Amino acid sequence: MGRWRRDEGDVVLLAASGVAVMAALGMVFLYAPREATMGDVQRIFYFHVASAWVGFFAFFVTCVAGVGQLVTGARRWDMVSLSSVEVGLTFITMTVITGSLWARPVWGTYWTWEPRLTISAVQLLIYVAYGMLRASVESPERKARYGAVYGIVAFVTVPLSWFAIRWWRTIHPDILTGGEGMAITPRMTLTLVVAVGAFTLLYAAVLRLRVSLERARDRLTRVRLNLERR
Amino acid sequence: MIRGRALQFLRRVAAIVEKDIAAELHSKEVVSAMLVFSVVALMIFSFALDLRGEMAEAAAPGVLWATVVFAGTLGLSRSLAREQQSGGMEGLLLAPVDRSAIFFGKAAGNFVFMGVVEVALLPLFSALFDVPLLRADVLLVLVLGTVGYAAVGTLLAAMAVNTRAREVMLPVLLLPLAVPVLIGAVQATRGLVEGATLAEVGSWIRILVVYDLVIVAVSLLTFGSVVEE
Repeated sequence: MGRWRRDEGDVVLLAASGVAVMAALGMVFLYAPREATMGDVQRIFYFHVASAWVGFFAFFVTCVAGVGQLVTGARRWDMVSLSSVEVGLTFITMTVITGSLWARPVWGTYWTWEPRLTISAVQLLIYVAYGMLRASVESPERKARYGAVYGIVAFVTVPLSWFAIRWWRTIHPDILTGGEGMAITPRMTLTLVVAVGAFTLLYAAVLRLRVSLERARDRLTRVRLNLERR
Repeated sequence: MIRGRALQFLRRVAAIVEKDIAAELHSKEVVSAMLVFSVVALMIFSFALDLRGEMAEAAAPGVLWATVVFAGTLGLSRSLAREQQSGGMEGLLLAPVDRSAIFFGKAAGNFVFMGVVEVALLPLFSALFDVPLLRADVLLVLVLGTVGYAAVGTLLAAMAVNTRAREVMLPVLLLPLAVPVLIGAVQATRGLVEGATLAEVGSWIRILVVYDLVIVAVSLLTFGSVVEE
């Protein structure tokens, strides 16, 4: 494994995601039109959808990295797997919180069992469990294996949970979710695309930083071991 | 040749199931714990939800599955912990048997234990809540739901027994992954109780079947990595 250094990729990605997030913020508040029935509250939608997408994508990355870990046994894959869960958890927590904030003025309640909101909450619980599992295992090698297996099994259940929750809610229609029809204009679509792109860049930048933190930790452990041996 | 191998594989799976059943008949700790827990849970649900009349009928499928799912986590962690404490898992791993045969054997054993408890619960439920649950189609839903639950539960319990938190770990890991089973099985059971045919609850049955297939396949592929030392 190479020496720890802040490489140029980190800086470029961070700068790019910073610019993109600023652009998205500008578009959300200045460029996107005011939604006719919901008003300004609807603007939270752009952050809500973008963070939901990044959360789901992050857990997909964890699943792929888990497969890589099980096949190669390389520490690198485990770092990506773990880091992606942590970053994904941050975004999915944002999804649940923005969803609740949106639901309050629009549907008159902080929580509705709306399928998309519910699946985000389920993912939140799953990946909190992933963290608890790792924290509760002693050996680093076993930690990596268990994390990989749980990351894979968990991710394959997410689409099934999604379908189950959606059918469950459509078969028992809820008055609260009746106001879903939102008139999307081209400006709104463009703003959403930029917001999703910005959040994805931000995810990539934070993921890289988190992985290099993990690498630095490994290096610190090795240095300590060497010192003790002397 | 291929048939011979398949037969050999099945014999090995059967041997592991037989071993588990023999151990259970001797100690009776897994099934009795699940059964007593289920009856207690049933009573708690009755007190908490005041289950009488129409209310009981509406809640029965949900209460049944919640009981099965919670009792299942008890049985699963007990069953794998027993294997761990007695050194049985090491013995199995040393035996010249494929990892997938061990997985199938353990999962099938857990399926049988859960099945026994469920079959005992159904008449009790029917009597207490006055809902006719002891029917072939409800049994089919129980079987489909339990297959996937026992499979993913066996995989996760094999991990949970090697963690510090142990008994607490399994439900935390397992329950969020069991969302499709719980929703699918409760909705299918409710439909059947309310007089729908199997075809009418087909989409729920399909979710259970797909879950079973996907989970068994993924568990088979990853079980080796969980038990390797």
